[in-house]
Amino acid sequence: MTVMSYLGAIGAAQREAMEADERVVIIGEDVEANVYGTTGGSGKSRADKGDFLQMFGSNRIRNTPISEEVIVGAAIGAAMTGLRPIVDLSYSSFLYMAMDQFVNQAAKNRYMFGGQASLPVVFRSAMFYGLNTGAHHSDRPYPMFMNVPGLKIVVPSSPYDAKGLLRTAVDTDDPVLTFEACTLWGSKGEVPEEEYSIPFGQARTVREGTDVTVVAISSAVPEAVAAAEQLAEEGISVEVIDPRTLVPLDTAAIVESVSRTGRLVVADPAHRTCSAAAEISAIVAEEAFGSLLAPIVRVTTPDTQIPFSPALEKQLYPNRSYIGDAVRRVTGERVSVPPTPEGVDDALSTQAPR
Amino acid sequence: MTPTPNPGPDFGPGLAEVFGPQQQDGGPELVQLLTPEGERRHHDDFDLDFSAEQLRGFYRDMVLVRRLDTEATALQRHGELGIWAQLLGQEAAQIGCGRALRPQDYVFPTYREHGVAWCKGVDPLDLLGLFRGVDHGRWDPRENNFHLYTIVIGAQALHATGYAMGVQRDGAVGTGDPERDTAVVAHFGDGASSQGDVNEAFIFAASYQAPVVFFCQNNQWAISEPIERQSRIPLYQRALGFGFPGVRVDGNDVLATYAVAQAALQRAREGSGPTLVEAYTYRMGAHTTTDDPTRYRVDDDVEHWKLKDPIARLEVYLRRNGLIDDDFQATLKQEADDLGHRLREGCKALPDPAPSAMFDHVYAEETPELRAQREGYAAYLGSFEEAGR
Repeated sequence: MTVMSYLGAIGAAQREAMEADERVVIIGEDVEANVYGTTGGSGKSRADKGDFLQMFGSNRIRNTPISEEVIVGAAIGAAMTGLRPIVDLSYSSFLYMAMDQFVNQAAKNRYMFGGQASLPVVFRSAMFYGLNTGAHHSDRPYPMFMNVPGLKIVVPSSPYDAKGLLRTAVDTDDPVLTFEACTLWGSKGEVPEEEYSIPFGQARTVREGTDVTVVAISSAVPEAVAAAEQLAEEGISVEVIDPRTLVPLDTAAIVESVSRTGRLVVADPAHRTCSAAAEISAIVAEEAFGSLLAPIVRVTTPDTQIPFSPALEKQLYPNRSYIGDAVRRVTGERVSVPPTPEGVDDALSTQAPR
Repeated sequence: MTPTPNPGPDFGPGLAEVFGPQQQDGGPELVQLLTPEGERRHHDDFDLDFSAEQLRGFYRDMVLVRRLDTEATALQRHGELGIWAQLLGQEAAQIGCGRALRPQDYVFPTYREHGVAWCKGVDPLDLLGLFRGVDHGRWDPRENNFHLYTIVIGAQALHATGYAMGVQRDGAVGTGDPERDTAVVAHFGDGASSQGDVNEAFIFAASYQAPVVFFCQNNQWAISEPIERQSRIPLYQRALGFGFPGVRVDGNDVLATYAVAQAALQRAREGSGPTLVEAYTYRMGAHTTTDDPTRYRVDDDVEHWKLKDPIARLEVYLRRNGLIDDDFQATLKQEADDLGHRLREGCKALPDPAPSAMFDHVYAEETPELRAQREGYAAYLGSFEEAGR
């Protein structure tokens, strides 16, 4: 084991995948100069490991003209004809530029070509939320893509998961979108130095508990853990589950946990409406209704645009305070949680047992 | 650490003829009226008689917008702005184009057109308010016919084309009335020239002969990617394939940029359709304040382009011809200092928006769901006051 940053773990997974299989190539904007820190060492991390362009050459590390639609479309073409491209789209908000290629081509081609096309392609992008980058750079668009059959959706929250899930993404024959959280880039954790992969569809129980299940996504995971530590001091035992992949989703792990705790809070940095939190809440309501001792509470980002103002933006996303308040509420303590659907408070304060 | 320039791919023989020696000086087609040494040149197609007042005006504009840029960059470094997109080195391209506009001409900028905003009468403090995150709509685009900054690369080329098609349908083209005939300007850069949006805008503008000038500031860099990655031919030559003329002008020469922009704008106003103007310039600073160009480009290039500075060459010309003196310079310096002072103090005085402002402007008619979220958040904030925590 070695200690690695989240960003460094992504770089390590890419390097290992490229060394293991010469069909793996990286294309995108600014990848040759390693502007975003996952394709070499020229400044941000892993300076001792050398620069990807020097290691693998310009046939396998390729800067593209500034056109996301062509980057995505060309990678789809390459994947259908034998390569295993990793596409670096830098900001997740840039995915929209290539929406037709994602939805009509990447997602549907296996089906539309009668199963004859394979699309072993990974689309990496980073969600720059919480860093004062404005509405055109701060999106967390994974729920939109969860709604598209044919795509697999990965949301790592730790260096260990970032490395292992990315390797699985490269090795799978389906198109995979990985959504990385910039606020986690610098977070450090233990990571095996050898190659490993983490199967999709297996949630990680980050912390065990008995009173409330918190399913947390992406950067909400460390916030949920921080909230759980605070709540433990108050005598509330919180179980934190990180699904790690949203498609496929480890429904069994979530349902099993809720059946033990009887209470569910879902912390999801995406917008509230049709969020991953909405899907997880619906599944639990369908499959574990009998176990629920309190209504499910979602802690999400309100359905607003992301303000450029740091003063405004810092209020928006699920943090330890909001998650903590949500847990207190499902355990019967009367607190208000933003944003609160009307009437939920009243239902909770009298009926939910501790 | 000394950056090692990336070797990059081998583009093969032939390209050196286009991007070899010509790359540095813009090639034989470059329209230039004032050399980097401050020598006046004649051009058969694009030449104008500039009055002394006009020349001093260009000089004053460029000095002041550079000061605006310097102040804003410093304010960002002091944490007063979230980000700043520097225009350093592109003053002539922006002032030349901006001063060729008539009041009715409508501009669709990127996020770097601070010099054009200046010419259109937008208060620079409003630019800072935007980059401080105080308000996304600091200026009324209808007041000065200067649209709000567009962040997504190349998207505004389509908006400009649509607006120009509207101008055409309003009959504000080719009437011969200099106060009515209207041109539209779409600003973008060399990186955006690869986007589908820009190329599709070219197609529509040509198809409808829309009165739009595509004004590309080729500053040679799209974050870390040099122009060679975007195009194998000079960008202005692309216009021909779309069916309209393209011109490459020395974007560090305010006289030439003014002359070429004026000709292209007039062509649009007369109803002769679009023109692509490639203002050949150089991004002397970073892409934005979040970028560090020492990671990917060599100092030699920057030093080379310093010799082509747009302000220095005009200053030499004005001095040599006795059009400015020490008094003029002293007055201008005072004006720049006053502007700097006003921007610094004004920027710091801009307040953070109220917390509930984050729910504003999502819809014209707010949905019940969003209203519930807004009210829920207000109650949450109110609960701190109640609890006294």
